[in-house]
Amino acid sequence: MADATTTSAPSPRSSSSLRSWLARRPLAKQQLLLLLGLAVIVGIFDVLNPGFLAADNISSILQDSTETILLAFAETLVIITGGIDISVGATLGLSGIIGSLVVVGLGQGGMMLGAFPSLVLGTLAALAVGVGVGLANGLMVTKARVTPFIATLAMLGVATGLTFVLTNGVDVSGLAPAVATWGNTVFLGILTFPILVTIILGVIVGLFLHGARFGRWTFAIGSNARAARGAGIPVQRHLIKIYVLAGLLSAVAGVLVVMRLGTGSPLEGANDELNAIASVVIGGASLFGGTGTIIGSLLGALIIGVIVNGLIVAGIQPYWQTVIIGMIIAVAVMMQERGRARD
Amino acid sequence: MTDPLPLANRTPAGEPLLSLRHVGRTFGSVVALSNVTFDIRAGEVLGLVGDNGAGKSTIIKIISGMFPQTSGEVILEGKPRHWTSPQQALSAGIETVYQDVGLAATLSITANIFLGREVVRPGLLGRMGFLDNGAMSKVAQADTAKTGIRLPHLDTTVGNLSGGQRQAITIARSMSWARKLLILDEPTNHLGVPEVEELLRLIRHVRDEGVAVILISHTLAHVMAITDRIVVMRLGEVVAEHVTRESTTAAVVNDIVGATEAEIARSLN
Ligand SMILES: Nc1ncnc2c1ncn2[C@@H]1O[C@H](COP(=O)(O)OP(=O)(O)O)[C@@H](O)[C@H]1O
Ligand SMILES: [Mg+2]
Repeated sequence: MADATTTSAPSPRSSSSLRSWLARRPLAKQQLLLLLGLAVIVGIFDVLNPGFLAADNISSILQDSTETILLAFAETLVIITGGIDISVGATLGLSGIIGSLVVVGLGQGGMMLGAFPSLVLGTLAALAVGVGVGLANGLMVTKARVTPFIATLAMLGVATGLTFVLTNGVDVSGLAPAVATWGNTVFLGILTFPILVTIILGVIVGLFLHGARFGRWTFAIGSNARAARGAGIPVQRHLIKIYVLAGLLSAVAGVLVVMRLGTGSPLEGANDELNAIASVVIGGASLFGGTGTIIGSLLGALIIGVIVNGLIVAGIQPYWQTVIIGMIIAVAVMMQERGRARD
Repeated sequence: MTDPLPLANRTPAGEPLLSLRHVGRTFGSVVALSNVTFDIRAGEVLGLVGDNGAGKSTIIKIISGMFPQTSGEVILEGKPRHWTSPQQALSAGIETVYQDVGLAATLSITANIFLGREVVRPGLLGRMGFLDNGAMSKVAQADTAKTGIRLPHLDTTVGNLSGGQRQAITIARSMSWARKLLILDEPTNHLGVPEVEELLRLIRHVRDEGVAVILISHTLAHVMAITDRIVVMRLGEVVAEHVTRESTTAAVVNDIVGATEAEIARSLN
């Protein structure tokens, strides 16, 4: 072990240019490129639709994107472990519906506290649904050794089905108007309650993922699960935690959607997994596991959000959205593969 | 590493650190191990040899907790053990360089050295699991320097390293954490001649600190050079045990291939 171990790329000490700084920081480079891409897309839409960059439109893009962003955070955790969760959208839908049903069922005319107690219980019920779904996914993946794709595909079916069984396909109406008021009131120019919650959760997940043992183990499992286990990491327990967190984040998104719309719609969440996965792969995570960042996924989700909003503003038939996002996933993964082949 | 044990403790007379008694392991209908019995003492280097498929890796995976035995006893320091996860063996002071497991390729050298034993910050942040990367870098620097391994910057992602460099990191990690038993399964794979010399020097160093070492290697010259005893396995069983300085390479080879085959080989020459 004496020599032959100093062959890695010599650090480009001679030039202190941005280029060499970035060469040593592939993540920063990736994120700058994403930021650039986002700026270009925003620029194009701004030229096509004057007023696109107005504060109220930015706020509304962010507000509409909170759903995709939160699901992208959930998906990031799972994808870094080398798995995939295609039930995030269905979980969002089911938790929103159960939350709404609980609120409406409990009634919102309490004597002293008004709608508040039932809103709290409804929220807790929704979050419990997310935890339950995530736990079921995690147990299937670890204890029953079902591949993540199949386990969460099964869950997608179960959750979507339950959503429609519970609602007969009809919106859950009758939520207090205060719900939508809280969900949509803009403060500080562009913020709303959903945007604020998304920012806070993004910061928390990002800190734990990139700064704490929780994240280190998450990356290690996706990178080499056998090595992780051999190093004493409780791989199964950690994976269960990851799927539970993914379910929980999806349920938070479900609650926020209900707050945005002021009603529980059984159609919410359908195809959302597509946007979430697209955000994560655009954000630079590898579907093979072991890489990915919260910032990358956030930028990926914003790119998706801007594209979706831009298409709507441009008056393009909304059914084109999934076509375009599906193509974005394919192109992003192909570009990653080319990058990998070059390495 | 703990305090070096007095040299007297290294004599074969002491209580064994680890004893295997009639250990067996099946995978479905495959019998990987049928009857493995041997002892190892603190400060002893034990060679484990045998043809491919003899069961060497299977036995060390049982000792290191990768999976439990299906029959027989694993006794560490007098207590029978039935480990179901490597975590249990690691906390008992057993470190293993696996033949076929490798490192987390997308993590840095330092992250790999501290994998599963991350150092956290002091106080509340630490209780939430926030990492003290500075402290880990320092120790990793010292560990790798002590073992004479030269590596690129320790923030480098392991996936960018050569096979030899990765093997060197795996070895450095196990050596610096081993308190009682160090298991090396084919550790010389990917290593060049000078690296192998360095590895043998390091094994002697760990042994002198009172750690027991199990070395699995196909290169009998290394096994003869460094071990105190050699256990020979064939088809899932221990077929012979040699005291290295009283034995010869030819005698060990004989036991590895089985006498009859050896005679055939000789008659062909
Ligand atoms: N996980 C497993 N499943 C089935 N058979 C296995 C497994 N691990 C090892 N074996 C079998 O056990 C036997 C011993 O293998 P191994 O311990 O790897 O041998 P060695 O390390 O001596 O080359 C081989 O026949 C191998 O096919
Ligand atoms: Mg082997």
